[in-house]
Amino acid sequence: MSKYNLDYLDELEAEAIHILREVAGQFEKPALLFSGGKDSITLVRLAEKAFRPGKFPFPLVHIDTGHNFQETITYRDEMVERLGEKLIVGYVQESIDSGKVIEQKGKNASRNSLQTITLLDTIAQHGFDACIGGARRDEEKARAKERIFSVRDEFGQWDPKRQRPELWNIYNGRIHKGENVRVFPISNWTELDVWNYIRREKMSLPSIYFAHHRDCITRNGQLMAASPFLNMDEADIVTHRKVRFRTVGDMSCTAAVESEADQIDDIIDEISASKISERGARLDDKVSEAAMEDRKKGGYF
Amino acid sequence: MNILKFFTAGSVDDGKSTLIGRLLYDTGSILADQLEALQQSNRKNDDGTIDLAILTDGLRAEREQGITIDVAYKYFQTEKRKFIIADTPGHIQYTRNMVTGASTANLAIILVDARNGVVEQTIRHSYLVSLLGVSHVVICINKMDMEGYSEEVFNTITENYKKMAAKLNLQDITFIPVSALKGDNIVHTSEHMPWYKGTSLLDFLETVEVTVNQDLHYARMPVQWVIRPQTEALHDYRGYAGRILSGAFKVNDKVTVLPSGSSSVIDRIEIFEQTPEEATAGQSVTLHLKDNIDISRGDVLVNSSYLPQRSQLIEADLCWMDNKPMDDSITYFLQHNSKLSKCKIREILHKVNINTLEKEETHEFRLNDIGRVVIKTADELAFDLYTENKANGSAILIDGRTNLTVGALMFRAIVE
Repeated sequence: MSKYNLDYLDELEAEAIHILREVAGQFEKPALLFSGGKDSITLVRLAEKAFRPGKFPFPLVHIDTGHNFQETITYRDEMVERLGEKLIVGYVQESIDSGKVIEQKGKNASRNSLQTITLLDTIAQHGFDACIGGARRDEEKARAKERIFSVRDEFGQWDPKRQRPELWNIYNGRIHKGENVRVFPISNWTELDVWNYIRREKMSLPSIYFAHHRDCITRNGQLMAASPFLNMDEADIVTHRKVRFRTVGDMSCTAAVESEADQIDDIIDEISASKISERGARLDDKVSEAAMEDRKKGGYF
Repeated sequence: MNILKFFTAGSVDDGKSTLIGRLLYDTGSILADQLEALQQSNRKNDDGTIDLAILTDGLRAEREQGITIDVAYKYFQTEKRKFIIADTPGHIQYTRNMVTGASTANLAIILVDARNGVVEQTIRHSYLVSLLGVSHVVICINKMDMEGYSEEVFNTITENYKKMAAKLNLQDITFIPVSALKGDNIVHTSEHMPWYKGTSLLDFLETVEVTVNQDLHYARMPVQWVIRPQTEALHDYRGYAGRILSGAFKVNDKVTVLPSGSSSVIDRIEIFEQTPEEATAGQSVTLHLKDNIDISRGDVLVNSSYLPQRSQLIEADLCWMDNKPMDDSITYFLQHNSKLSKCKIREILHKVNINTLEKEETHEFRLNDIGRVVIKTADELAFDLYTENKANGSAILIDGRTNLTVGALMFRAIVE
């Protein structure tokens, strides 16, 4: 008799690789959704572990709101170059130009919610039957209910009452034409697990994750990066701060935190001591108690 | 540090959500912004304190109705261990959701209301834990505050439970008197029950053994994906990628490929850029063999000296999970790890009345029914019995008309 005991990061990694290989085995046209954030960067690392020295059995897909942090786009392009994998970009600007969505107006305008339409169009255009995403169940209470293989109807909708039971480590990816499956290989990871993994794997990240000096304004009690994408007026006072970002989304809805953490060890210490959840810095979650649930039902990731 | 996966079972008002909320709250796992949201909520306890149960009810409909609809997963961590909680609802769909939660759990917490003692629900939950072969069971006798923290009440319930459990195959049972509402013996040892000499629930969860204890010979790895770069530099590279279900593989081990039966020897084990001499259960690896044989997704690599069962006719316990009743005239899909095969329910042997644990004759299987059936598969399966090897002894049934997962199967015997 022998006893096995994997370290928690090894166990989470092995589970995620298993899920990625199931996607490759079960679907005709999968895609990996890549936002340039730490979670999707982790997914790319896991895909390397699952399929190298072969090619990825899917392209990377980025839904570009046009309001990105430039550092993220630079990072994305360098990474794609290093990997030698295919990148497909869906542009929210194109959805606006074609009249499929209408840009929001007003002080809190954001392109974040418009992404859903561009995403669904990109899925339809390329015929993707599975989209791998970096969502984690610890992020938000509606996400805690997500399955790892999550079926969306032809309108991209999630129905929490019609989820398939997920038993043992067996994943059922069978779908009807027009449906697609959102797959979340790092469902069981927490924010801290992701950071510990990034440290262990010595992965590089977009520089905005590390403390840097930046012009900011305060909006709804949150610190926002001053940028042409924010509707600013005289009331907005620009101050120069040392900040970093805990999540990477659209510049118009991702808040910064004041921080001195410019090394990964410091970030891990900071998060371990933090009393605010990661999603506490996302304005889009605060619209109502069920904001995330409603967006997911509509087809958001 | 390792991970303990557990789930809670109990009927609707036994305090499952409160217990989980208490664990998260007292371990400091709830952050300031989440706490603020809780304080703003309208749901309060009678004495005005925060209702910890709402921490686990993530959906709008759940908050509206004050019930839990589907399995939710919660995470927390202490200095000693990481925890994944499958929060399973206690109401009507209990069986389906409990089976789901139990299928991946190392440990089950069954709540018993101190005022009511062992009730039908307790028997039902204990039966499911025993059916699914969950290694450890903790019986939390809750609401001790409402029984004056009485040692006698605790002892009576413990004795009654042991009598009931004698009929079941439960491996390791621990009893803890608690009050989830007041926080007694959840994270901190209670001052109200000096007669209780055991640990708090959290202490127990932090220290219970979760290592996989399994015979090395049970080496099983279903092939998920064949890695063949077919580049000039890697012309002959052919790696079989998968996650080791059980046992261990070593370089130079003789392996057999099923269903073909061809055999070869392990040439190399890869875990990304590393090439270890040995890999064990739970690891996702790429195996290379000395001979070029035809292997594809759905095949399974096993240790040649300890072959699994091979059959197209299998006796299995079935838990039916769909609203649409089972139809033995149609063909279902059976998914056994990476292998998908058509199948039919050949015979229903019996159904279990999970309130009395008695076997009943039946011709139908409806939502939440559990019983034993004989399955006939189109392809030969290479499997182990669930009692010997859960990972290779379980499968799901899929309805090809709806693509829904409609049943959970645990292989119990070969039909000769």
